[in-house]
Amino acid sequence: MKMNIYRKNRVACVGAGLTLFRRRLMETSDELMWLAARQALDEAGLTIEDIDCIIFGTAPDNFDGIHMQSEALADGAGAVNKPYTRVYVGGGTGVFSVIAGWWHVASGLCDRVLVIAEEKMSHVQPHPQYLFHHIFDPVTEKPLGVNLIWIFALEMHRYMYKYGIKKEDIALVSVKNKRNALDHPSAQVAAKITVEDVLNSEVLVWPVQRLDISPVSDGAGALVLVSESEAKKLTDEPIWIDGVGWSLDTMYWTNRDLAFPVYLYYAGKMAYEMAGIENPRKEIDFAEVYDPFDYKELHHMEGLQLARKGEAPILTREGVTERDGDLPINPSGGLLGVGNPIAAAGIMKVAEVYWQLRGMAGKRQVKKDVVTGLAQAWGDLMQVGTVVVMRR
Amino acid sequence: MADVGIIGVGTTQFRPETREKLFKELMYEAAYRAYLEAGVDPRRDIDAFITASEDLWEGLAIFDEYVPDQLGGVLKPVFTVGGDGIHGLIHGYMLIKTGRFDVVAVEAHSKASEIENIKKVVRFALDPIYLRPVIEDVDVLAGLEMAASLGCYGIDMDTVNEVILKNHFNGSFNSAPYAQNLDENSFETPEYLAEPLRALDVAQYVDGGVVIVLASKEYISREGLEPVWIEGVGWATQGGRFERFLDMPGEGLAAAARMAYDMAGVSRPRRYFDLAEVDDRFSFREPVSLIALGLASGDVNLDYADRIFDMDGELPVNVSGGFLANGYPLEAGGLMKLVYAARQIWGEAGPNQLDDVEKALVATRREIPSTTYGVVVLSG
Repeated sequence: MKMNIYRKNRVACVGAGLTLFRRRLMETSDELMWLAARQALDEAGLTIEDIDCIIFGTAPDNFDGIHMQSEALADGAGAVNKPYTRVYVGGGTGVFSVIAGWWHVASGLCDRVLVIAEEKMSHVQPHPQYLFHHIFDPVTEKPLGVNLIWIFALEMHRYMYKYGIKKEDIALVSVKNKRNALDHPSAQVAAKITVEDVLNSEVLVWPVQRLDISPVSDGAGALVLVSESEAKKLTDEPIWIDGVGWSLDTMYWTNRDLAFPVYLYYAGKMAYEMAGIENPRKEIDFAEVYDPFDYKELHHMEGLQLARKGEAPILTREGVTERDGDLPINPSGGLLGVGNPIAAAGIMKVAEVYWQLRGMAGKRQVKKDVVTGLAQAWGDLMQVGTVVVMRR
Repeated sequence: MADVGIIGVGTTQFRPETREKLFKELMYEAAYRAYLEAGVDPRRDIDAFITASEDLWEGLAIFDEYVPDQLGGVLKPVFTVGGDGIHGLIHGYMLIKTGRFDVVAVEAHSKASEIENIKKVVRFALDPIYLRPVIEDVDVLAGLEMAASLGCYGIDMDTVNEVILKNHFNGSFNSAPYAQNLDENSFETPEYLAEPLRALDVAQYVDGGVVIVLASKEYISREGLEPVWIEGVGWATQGGRFERFLDMPGEGLAAAARMAYDMAGVSRPRRYFDLAEVDDRFSFREPVSLIALGLASGDVNLDYADRIFDMDGELPVNVSGGFLANGYPLEAGGLMKLVYAARQIWGEAGPNQLDDVEKALVATRREIPSTTYGVVVLSG
């Protein structure tokens, strides 16, 4: 194994917390953040007084119906007379907020950092899709009445067409992830379903059907990241963040070939370089890749070089990506099974990598011995990839 | 020598209205100038791009989508901070300190003139249960903060008036768009917005864009550049409840300053700095800032009476004219002040250039009701 070539200050994860993911939670956003933070701090054996800096992640401002949302939620984050900022890259924010946590520590400015991501989508009435209308260019796209499912249907269609992929193979991802989520205590839509269930579910925008999509969710997640010297004081089993990467493509998504997520290829390349990984398919033991739609798991595996172009559906069909397979993908149950409170879903993925590497994932623990795991998220206008590589 | 330096800055003009330009064009113009000054090609030389904004200032959701193209950041690490440009700069500083990044661009802008009713947007930042229903006009918040600040720190109205006169006077030499020719008589028949807050206490909004290019000391040494060094940074949020903030306005700024001073090795700030650009979004915030930053003596009123903070005083404050004369460009506020301080250190500040500026302090707070501060210590 090669070491991180940029290892000036090594960064470890020593605690993770996650609330329930549900369509509508009765707790306020502050309360959700507090619950996740409390769990992460307890797991790390720290209190909020021990924390130097706090990073908050949420995708758009508007789900809570509050301008400058991070300011209003500062108390929930424990940010009282402490360094505190919000960072965002749309749907990629959950994993990205962990990357921000990494540089707070790796820079040497902070020793103990709390990273919290929260999304409370249920505030938006009648449905969060109305808010997503405002992510589109107000001149060239918004007047068309476009919504997210439309553009993802375009991307899914292009991906299927370019590599000759069948809906049946894509549906296997939804079946796998919802089944995996049966073992996740936070899961919102865990289920035993079949490929036929997916293919017979309501068509939303062809080829996207109801069971191809993750749900609308409320939830929060938190992690505690610390410097190497702090990690050694706190635990015998720190999980190291050895690589981070992110990349943002042009916002003019209509000008890109949607069959391959080139932005994710660059994000992965950056993280692999930092972690000294030359052959991701062999050196990554398991991965939590972003799966708000079932085809995205496959798309992202290819962007991350965990499969060749067009190969991810074959690996899925052959069982390689199952929990007991050679390359487990989304052992947590992913967004399709656990739920999708956008930024919190990204943190959920990093938390799962942390728990898996520590052997704390319970019934979700993958069969093989794992040393290196990867978490990834995606967002904006099909535009950003965020990647974290962790090792024990 | 510090580890991170500013190697180029670029701004648009700051004007009350820029109807002929989209926000993307403001960003492009500022970036073009900053890259030219730094001698960098964004596609080749810049490792990461940071913007600072909030969705509701832009009238968009997930604003970060809209930024890579005009900054030259396509398919590179780009992200947005929900904060002032100073917070973006602090993140850029940290990125370089990791050793993984050599050159980082930081951007912030304001297109306030395009916001149909900006007070309503600001009001939308209030807690929807406890505050929004009882605060119709956000000037009331500033009025409450003014009353609390004057009471907490014993600041006289004469001192507040001195701030207004000083900053408008300074701005009048600096092509500041809102600089007015004021004197003591200007306060005789005040236009109260929310007593004690008067119209003259409030900085008006302004449009404009800023881009800063940061680089590692290795890059600076390799390229033979003369940067402004970042000696220390600090930031802090006082808390999430504005009503509790009123108990001790500026406490968060003191926390941010401690962090920056510790990093820069500043033990006696009043003697250390040659210049300070501090928050004057509302007039009374300048003396509050000076107290929290440790730049005032025991009696801030006496300091102002003794003209300590004048352009030719012992510690010149807001020589640019501050927000009161130049306008308040939303999240670009901190970087606007930082550019001015950097220009002073480089000896390029124009008519208001002071002699021998080596050490400067920049400190800001975000728009009301934010309680988040940022502090940067600069040196030549």
